[in-house]
Amino acid sequence: MRAFLLSRLSQSLVLLVIVSMIGFVILSISPGGPLSQQGLDPGMTQADIARIKEQLGLNRPLWIQYLDWAWRLVQGDWGHSFRGGTPVLTVIGRHVFATLLLMGTSTMIAIAVGTWIGIRGATHRYSLFDYLATAGAMVALSIPTFWFGLVGIYIFSLRLGWLPAGNMYTIGDGSALNYLHHLILPSIVLSLVHVAVWSRYMRTATLDAISQDFVKTARAKGVSERRVLMKHVVGNALLPMITLAGVQLPSILTGALVTETVFTWPGMGRLFLDSLNYSDYPVVMGLLMFSAVLVILGNLIADIVVAIVDPRIRLA
Amino acid sequence: MFSGIQVASPADVALSVRELTVSLPEGMERANAVENISFDLKRGQILCIIGESGSGKSVTANAIMGLLPKAIRIPSGAIQLDGMNIVGLSPEKLRSLRGRVVSMIFQDPLSALNPLMTVGAQIEEVMAAHDVGTPASRRSRAIDLLIEVGLADPKLMYHQYPFRLSGGQRQRVMIAMALALEPAILIADEPTTALDVTTQAQILKLIRDIQRRKGMSVMFITHDFGVVAEIADSVLVMEKGHIVEQGGAVQVLQSPSHPYTRRLIAAVPHLTGEDRALVEAPANEPILKVEGLVKTYRSGSALFGKQRIVPAVNQVSFDLAPGHTLGVVGESGSGKSSLGRLLIKLLDSDDGRILFEGRDVAKLSEAEFRPLRPQIQMIFQDPFASLNPRSTVGQILTVGPAAHGMPYAKACDEARSLLSRVGLDAGAFGRYPHEFSGGQRQRIGIARALMFKPKLLIADEAVSALDVSIQAQILKLLDQIQRETGVSMIFITHDLRVASQICDEIAVMHKGRVVESGPPSQIFLRPQSAYTRELVAAIPGEQQGGARALAANS
Repeated sequence: MRAFLLSRLSQSLVLLVIVSMIGFVILSISPGGPLSQQGLDPGMTQADIARIKEQLGLNRPLWIQYLDWAWRLVQGDWGHSFRGGTPVLTVIGRHVFATLLLMGTSTMIAIAVGTWIGIRGATHRYSLFDYLATAGAMVALSIPTFWFGLVGIYIFSLRLGWLPAGNMYTIGDGSALNYLHHLILPSIVLSLVHVAVWSRYMRTATLDAISQDFVKTARAKGVSERRVLMKHVVGNALLPMITLAGVQLPSILTGALVTETVFTWPGMGRLFLDSLNYSDYPVVMGLLMFSAVLVILGNLIADIVVAIVDPRIRLA
Repeated sequence: MFSGIQVASPADVALSVRELTVSLPEGMERANAVENISFDLKRGQILCIIGESGSGKSVTANAIMGLLPKAIRIPSGAIQLDGMNIVGLSPEKLRSLRGRVVSMIFQDPLSALNPLMTVGAQIEEVMAAHDVGTPASRRSRAIDLLIEVGLADPKLMYHQYPFRLSGGQRQRVMIAMALALEPAILIADEPTTALDVTTQAQILKLIRDIQRRKGMSVMFITHDFGVVAEIADSVLVMEKGHIVEQGGAVQVLQSPSHPYTRRLIAAVPHLTGEDRALVEAPANEPILKVEGLVKTYRSGSALFGKQRIVPAVNQVSFDLAPGHTLGVVGESGSGKSSLGRLLIKLLDSDDGRILFEGRDVAKLSEAEFRPLRPQIQMIFQDPFASLNPRSTVGQILTVGPAAHGMPYAKACDEARSLLSRVGLDAGAFGRYPHEFSGGQRQRIGIARALMFKPKLLIADEAVSALDVSIQAQILKLLDQIQRETGVSMIFITHDLRVASQICDEIAVMHKGRVVESGPPSQIFLRPQSAYTRELVAAIPGEQQGGARALAANS
């Protein structure tokens, strides 16, 4: 186990370095740049821009900029936002709660509903329920999430007036109930795609497990149908789902780009989009590293959990 | 036809099946899986149900267990168990009988245990399912059961997960589970088919001992008359859903009345102990000469943690004369399949020489060996998995030779003539593998290998997945082809009886080494090594054990 962790962490480190280099290079060669806005300002002279460039260190060769950035990062200094000069970690900290609230809720909905639909689809294969679930999953997967968001806002906010059209809370009202009220629509809209994916995988995994010999053994022992399903079938069907959960884990903290924008939700997805629009490189790089670490962690955690749950797998 | 039925008083009968019909869903090859069958399982006896695949024997067992899939129905008939008819009983009533009154063990012990539960938990589950005992009493009972089925170190075994156990150990755990609530009836569905011959002998003995000790009634499903001779008190022969013959074991084995039974018994390969009539005088030069061949498997990384080293093939040497057949026999893990893969260079050897017509092919690179590939061909074990389901038989046969430069039209002509040679009609050319039975698919596999006009055929368990009657036909076909074409053959099998039918020489492998080699007469009648003796003694139905079972019944 220790050897496994060591080898995986060293691999991850290499991966992080590569990801950061690629991100850094792509940002610097993309057109525009942090000073293009200032360049349009008629009050700015060429000398002013050069001075700002010098201040920000953007006049140095790229590899020096990179090494400087990386060295600071290692020391815990993620840099400062070009917009307002706030430290990057503080900026991320301001948005991460909103995303965790939204994505955490929608992921929990997705896993609970998706697992249930998947198991029921498998045990009632080719039933009306199964066909509807399959068709529903196809619809949810093929229509973009923001469309569901817009339609949801149109129906439930504009027409019916039941739910707020956006934001995380009403200014001046920070009660839990108010948060919850704002949370309902975006979390359900966001969970649709995940329910679709999760239920499809769960259905397949359950069908796989159901046809195994040990399920027949359990029935031959006189074990009740309910326990056969929950202990023997679902227990084994959930194994591959752990890996899938590991892949989805990072999105709980990195957020949803478009949906957060549609619902004007102050989360990480919107922060990323805004920072990209303003060419706020330190924040973009910070978010990039943040999600890279989460992706690696998510997979690592999934591998460890699988090894704990499945006695056949030893980490080596 | 049912002369074997004796009207037994209910007290003697543990299970009684009367005019049972089980129907199949529409669109299957026949309307009923079993039709109008009647038989009794007497108390304290072992009843063997024998038949080929598709005879309905497993369906009968599942009907008794109440484990039939929903699509399969029982339109008529009765199954009397414990004084009641269980046909049409509610699912909950059936559940309360399963594991308590009737238990079942299955064919494949590798997949029949839940990989995520410990052995102990799975045994205790039977008792918990029927609300028997307390957690503490179940635990001590589970350990007692592990001792009873002969597992060493039961305390350790209790906490073990199935993947750590061998096939024989897992089958013992299955038996322990089945015995947990002391059922009146044990149904064993081919419980030894997936096991090695020595393990099979042990498990058969265990089932027989436990049956005697507890006075249990056992319904034993098998396709192997050797197994029947070992343990049966009475026998029931099924063909295509009908009972064609039933009676005492001695009666059925020694004077079978139905032609199907006679055919089945005749098809059982027996140890001949006779050497094969040679095809031609052996040439001076062997076509294949293997010297000191070594293959070692390594798993785990040397950098992090421990490395496991398994010598799969260890200093193996043999000669094969042109037109001869060398049998390689051994149990699973003996290295016989690795040897086959080394010879055809699907695996690279670590050391040693493979002289094919005097040329060492062991060191050749893939590109250098490629021109030789057509001359060494392989016939695989599983005729269901080894043919591409999306290709027609014609494509399967012609793709190889075409890749080696044979004009397509010529390849097609060759393919058609080979198909008739292996006993298939020319119409097979345009059809897909799923339209054929197992035996026919194996014929296609043989035709595929012969397309290259090979000098050496390697058959890896080529008849192991087939019913005995089909097995006999395929062995005959291989023999005939060898006599006509003079091809040399290496026949890898775990079944010594099969090896004795077709081989000129036999090499016995054990833990990667050849422990003994010689003609069948030596291997089977005067084995030199202790391991060979053990292997030969374990063959069901050939030794005193079978005769004893027969004698006990008469």
